[in-house]
Amino acid sequence: MFDFPKWKFGLVVGLVLLATLYSLPNLFPQEPAIQISANRGATIDEVLQGRVEGALKGKKIEYFGLVRSDNRLMVRLPSADAQLLAQTTLSEELDDKYTVAMNLASTVPGWLQALHAKPMTLGLDLQGGVHFLMEVDQKAARDQLEERYVSELYQLLRTEKIAYRSVTRTRDGLSIQLLSPEDRAKALAQVTSKSPDLLAEEAAAGDPNVLLVRIRPEMIVAAQKATIEQNITTLYKRVSELGVAEPIVQQQGQTRIVVQLPGIQDTAAAKKILGSTATLEYRAGNDSANAVEAANTGRIPPDSKLYYDQSGNPVLLKKELIASGDQLVGATSGFDQQSGTPMVSVTLDSAGGMRMLDFTSENVGRPMGVVYIERVPETRVVDGKELRTFKETQTVISLARINGVFSTKFQTTGLNSSQEASELALLLRAGSLAVPVDIIEERVIGPSLGRENIEAGLKAMAIGTAFIILFVMFYYKLVGIVTVIGLGVNMLLLVAILSVLGATLTMPGIAGIVLTLGMAVDANVLIAERIREEVRSGNSPMNALKAGYEKAWGTILDANLTHVFASLAMFAFGSGPIRGFAITMFVGILTSMFSAVTVTQLIMALIYGRQRKVQAISV
Amino acid sequence: MELFNPNANIPFMSWRRISVTISGILVIASLLLIFTRGFNLALDFTGGTLVEVESEQALDTGAVRAALEKAGFGTVAVQSIGGAKEVAMRLPPTEGSISADQAQVETAKRVQLALAEADITVVVKRSEFVGPQVGKELAEDGAVAVVFVLLTIMLYVAMRFEWRFGLSGIVGEVHDIIITLGFISLIDMDFDLTVLAALLTVAGYSINDKVVVFDRVREIFRSARKLGPEETINKAINNTLSRTLITGVTTFMALLSLYFLGGPVVENFALTTIFGIIVGTASSIFFCNPMLLWLGVSKSDLQVVKKEDPELALRP
Repeated sequence: MFDFPKWKFGLVVGLVLLATLYSLPNLFPQEPAIQISANRGATIDEVLQGRVEGALKGKKIEYFGLVRSDNRLMVRLPSADAQLLAQTTLSEELDDKYTVAMNLASTVPGWLQALHAKPMTLGLDLQGGVHFLMEVDQKAARDQLEERYVSELYQLLRTEKIAYRSVTRTRDGLSIQLLSPEDRAKALAQVTSKSPDLLAEEAAAGDPNVLLVRIRPEMIVAAQKATIEQNITTLYKRVSELGVAEPIVQQQGQTRIVVQLPGIQDTAAAKKILGSTATLEYRAGNDSANAVEAANTGRIPPDSKLYYDQSGNPVLLKKELIASGDQLVGATSGFDQQSGTPMVSVTLDSAGGMRMLDFTSENVGRPMGVVYIERVPETRVVDGKELRTFKETQTVISLARINGVFSTKFQTTGLNSSQEASELALLLRAGSLAVPVDIIEERVIGPSLGRENIEAGLKAMAIGTAFIILFVMFYYKLVGIVTVIGLGVNMLLLVAILSVLGATLTMPGIAGIVLTLGMAVDANVLIAERIREEVRSGNSPMNALKAGYEKAWGTILDANLTHVFASLAMFAFGSGPIRGFAITMFVGILTSMFSAVTVTQLIMALIYGRQRKVQAISV
Repeated sequence: MELFNPNANIPFMSWRRISVTISGILVIASLLLIFTRGFNLALDFTGGTLVEVESEQALDTGAVRAALEKAGFGTVAVQSIGGAKEVAMRLPPTEGSISADQAQVETAKRVQLALAEADITVVVKRSEFVGPQVGKELAEDGAVAVVFVLLTIMLYVAMRFEWRFGLSGIVGEVHDIIITLGFISLIDMDFDLTVLAALLTVAGYSINDKVVVFDRVREIFRSARKLGPEETINKAINNTLSRTLITGVTTFMALLSLYFLGGPVVENFALTTIFGIIVGTASSIFFCNPMLLWLGVSKSDLQVVKKEDPELALRP
């Protein structure tokens, strides 16, 4: 028990050194900085650097440490005030091709960064963070709902073999243009029996060949509610993919969603992910009409719509939707094995897959187009007023022949770069927002309260620890001192692991650490009390020491394992702050088992193991 | 140094009628409090209104908080947002509000008036309503978390020890949580997510305490041949008493410094945990072990399971 092989000493010393190394970054404070990143089409080059430097010098803003990389430009500033001023100046100077965001630059030396050592991120309550307010576009939700029913009606008419001219969306609802009043009667009967979500009007409107269909109001309400819920879920997933530990995604009012990203000051990346919405629409290509001619003459077949591809060539696609973004289950980026170009491999849900199967089995060899729809919110100042507009771009990103019959799994090729492929895959994977969500407000939460909190938290931690140390050393003498060393190791390990995991430190998290310390002592108290008991019952000092560790171990294991399970359940079923607390506790229990038992045992072995005859244990 | 006489043999188990009666009374009183008085649920669970104001001069978040508290808004979370001249206040929903929009307008106006009383001139920049359904979700998640934490603990203890330990452990846990909830209700504490975290901490800590005693009960049952269940349990409590109290003291030190120095964010967390730990420690001694005895724990239940020897079974 007390004959430790050399490798075990080496292992513990190595772990402690490693832990020291990886907790080191927490000692380096972060500096205010401005980050400029390019939006689609713009480049970060020397010209931009010149403009930025010129603008800052023009306003006499001190700056340093300007770093330019391929996709972003970082400028460090001496103070938070200068940072704010620089942001205002630069956003005015640069147009919407660039995103100017406040950020915090790391001062961790390069050699540490090279080892992937990074400080713990601080939560919104400790350092502020980004706060977004997003509005769900309910009109678009309605539009989409109607589009879906239009597709459904087309399909219904075709399967029931009712001749029709077209199905269109009008102000009064969906209107089906048929060829004869008889067909109208047939359609009326079919819609009534097969589509319970729709209300078909019995009485014929002006034209006896037209059937007017409405979506039931309760369906619209349900769809709107589902839209908000779906958006919250997908936003949450997207935010998680950004690497935020404790994001807050909450509904506010009827159509808005709050997103708070603690620790993240890089609004540029967050905004790009949250603000722009990408949707894919799979539509049948129209190969019976000439797209160039249609574009020139303006005569577009009634069942089709004119799009343009990435090089600006016109493309005609049928109005009928095969599958849309909300039917996407998954998307991963990779390289196409045949052409070697970037691709996104797409998985559809069963409904989407079924329609894809229906479509592809009848249309092998015919074209199918993929429309990439992107909406980016923009702010412009017109006559001193802020004006919110959206830039919607619909681009056909691929028009490919259908090579075979497929359903739920297939690939979308034709993306420009692997970066675009992975970015698109990220957006699609997050569940693809069915409806655009626009950022209507963006704020950076000030660090003032954060500073107060972190100071109070650290003070509480220092004083609490000091009291525990004094008490334990006084009460358990040498064993107490060894316990304190164990506690120190525990602290180092905990901070190192939390840093490496990239956990976000919040106020509840600090409470968790303080509490873990208090309870980590428990293991050592168990050991020390056991040693005392063994000494009292007449064991020799060395045997008492051994028996103390041996007998206490079982209890420590049981007590700590119940705790581990409790923290796991807390993590699995809790949300936000509860989770952060659970992570701290989970890691804290594991490190405390190691440091309180193994580490102290090694030290005891070093102290007593070499003495030929141990007279007494100082406990 | 010894704080306690290691050879003490305090007859805890002979006080079991009294101690369990006290426990019962406390649980009933707590349940009454919980169901009649309820909780002062914070914005996290109820939803509410967010008001953002802007001022010409720098705003002191402490002064704003004080002014609002004076005007009867209760505890308002005040945070500075994007500079010193702007603050955000999260207010509980106004009572008797007709509609969400109306509540927003009213609250914003009342905030402005309250601040004007304290000579703080502000312009309301934004007021938002926090949907109560979000709070409902959080509250449900929290409740589910508590239940699952308890269940996993019970399963583990039942597996590692025996079902009687699992059952008395869980009943003890529920007892601790109910009494802590009663305390929260009694002092009208703001029940927010940190308090929920504190409740879960209490659950973890108190089972820790119970497991240590249970472990000793099992050990003595297995080693000492002559002791009956009551003596065994009593001895286990006495043997672990020193550890129970020392650990309690060190945890207390950490919590007291959190309570007094940690600032308002962790104040409620610390207070809840302090109370819960007292209850948890007491119930490990005075409540769970009597339960264990009544459930009929005995030496034979804890024998290391050996393969039965058919020949041995035949011997008289």
